[in-house]
Amino acid sequence: MSESTAAAPAAPATPQRRASLVRLQMLVADRGALTGLIIIGLVVLIAALAPWIAQDPTQQSIINALKPPSAEHWFGTDEFGRDVFSRTIYGARPALMVGLLSVLVSVAIGVPLGMIAGLRGGWADTGISAIVDIMLSFPPLLLALMVVTLVGSGLPVLIVAIGLAHVPIFVRLARSSTLLIRELDYVAASRTFGGRDLHILFRHVLPNIVGPIIVMATLSIAGAIREEAALSFLGLGVQPPNPSWGNLIRDGVTTILEAPWLALIPGLCLTVSVLAFNILGDSVRDLLDPRDLASSALKKGS
Amino acid sequence: MLRFLLRRLLSLLFIAIAVPTIVFFVMRMVPADPALVVLGDQATAESLAAFRAKTGLDQPLLVQYGNFVSDLAHGDLGDSMISGEPILDQIAAVFPHTLSLALGALLIGALVGIPLGVLTAVRRDTWVDFGGRVFALLGFSFPSFYLGVLLLLVFSVWLGWFPVIHTMRGDSVAEYLNKLALPALSLGLVQAAYVTRLTRSTMLEVLNQDYIRTAFAKGLTGRKVYYKHALRNVLITVVTAMGLYTGTILGGAILTETVFNRPGLGKLLIGAIAQRDYNLIQSGLIVFALVIMVVNLIVDLSYSLLDPRVKHA
Repeated sequence: MSESTAAAPAAPATPQRRASLVRLQMLVADRGALTGLIIIGLVVLIAALAPWIAQDPTQQSIINALKPPSAEHWFGTDEFGRDVFSRTIYGARPALMVGLLSVLVSVAIGVPLGMIAGLRGGWADTGISAIVDIMLSFPPLLLALMVVTLVGSGLPVLIVAIGLAHVPIFVRLARSSTLLIRELDYVAASRTFGGRDLHILFRHVLPNIVGPIIVMATLSIAGAIREEAALSFLGLGVQPPNPSWGNLIRDGVTTILEAPWLALIPGLCLTVSVLAFNILGDSVRDLLDPRDLASSALKKGS
Repeated sequence: MLRFLLRRLLSLLFIAIAVPTIVFFVMRMVPADPALVVLGDQATAESLAAFRAKTGLDQPLLVQYGNFVSDLAHGDLGDSMISGEPILDQIAAVFPHTLSLALGALLIGALVGIPLGVLTAVRRDTWVDFGGRVFALLGFSFPSFYLGVLLLLVFSVWLGWFPVIHTMRGDSVAEYLNKLALPALSLGLVQAAYVTRLTRSTMLEVLNQDYIRTAFAKGLTGRKVYYKHALRNVLITVVTAMGLYTGTILGGAILTETVFNRPGLGKLLIGAIAQRDYNLIQSGLIVFALVIMVVNLIVDLSYSLLDPRVKHA
């Protein structure tokens, strides 16, 4: 990969840094990636500025219940007269928080486990793969559901539950990539020179599997946002009166005959955010490895 | 082939033992006391003790586990903590509805996804390809429960073509299918997105192979090459992957059944969680995992039958 990139003699940066700079430029030049990045940036901005652009999302006003969209209440009001625009804006917070942090949990647990399984083989591999196989016999949503049932709902629980549910994908990805890299000549050479496992993992394996991991992480953020919304929709995620796109859709369904927009608008925000991460993930994957389309599509099924 | 089969069965056996065991002990880690949860704060010490004796909760953990395994081996999932009904009967009553939903979704996924995937690959870089890829990306991103809400709103509330409430009593086949249509569509279209994408990429890969070039060089028509030579090989991969997506579909069924208020395994599980019916939650999770496991095994076996390369590996 970057080792083979030749740097111009006068270049101030190292070959690795130049290569990543080129990739970054390509990413911005790619229309899909740029679209994804812009939407994600907007959502992050809106979530961060929520206290300044929205009213108190939990403030009730029963006289104003179920008002259609107006200049005063852009997205109308719900059955308690709460401003749905404000609730939708604040709903971006749990989505992003759970999306980003839960994937950190999955990567932090899954990647080291997968690399160890791939590099060491033997019992470590058998044990780790067995656990992953068991976890994969549950759909991620069901795994997260199990944790939430056990510990109760709340943002930290959601982050850990959804993060754990995505661990198997990262274990598998890191393991299979490590298995390939382990056999390469330069790893054998490093071993000959007395390179230990940790050195090989961090110096040789990790830099080479960072690309696929970033792609999978971006796509997993999309999945995690969807799962947070799903759990909240089922009443097991973010608890009312705190808003989340999932529980806003749930509330909207109960009043779908009188006020269909209550479910439609938060759902649209949810879908667009998930879409943005999917577009970004797809573009990054195409940039990193345009030929590996089939296998990545397969991996995504889990 | 025999070795492959044995290895698969062995790993299946391992998971079949491990999953219920893990679910059992995980459910025992629940911080709340099930007796207190079911009977409420006002319950007397005697009634709590009676409840624990009746449900076996007063036994040591390992004895409870032994009883659980022995019951499970006899096909007995125990009784619901809330209603006292046998759980197996409750699951048997709703399982056909979840099964028909999953099969319907798979069918829609295949009928929409495979042709669209082939078409986008054959017409690569045309507007057909672009449209198909946008469909796939949208399907990927649409949460199935939100899609369900949209379908419900448009086709049931606004157009009135389908029922809004999905009770399952006294149905003729036509009525049943009528009630299945929207839920299956909301899960199936998401599935179709996965299938489109996978079919497209697999087809593109196959079209790059030497034997396809040979077929064209022999003077065969495009249609013959695409549908006779290429598609057959694509289908092996796609059918396998679709089997593996069953887990995702069953996970989605939990949401779809909630949106459409449709009886099923997912609805039963969510109800059990809401009521803290630990026995029912435990059995629901085990049944979910076992169904997915069996489907995966069938997929694995059919894969080895379809693809001679696996048979001899």
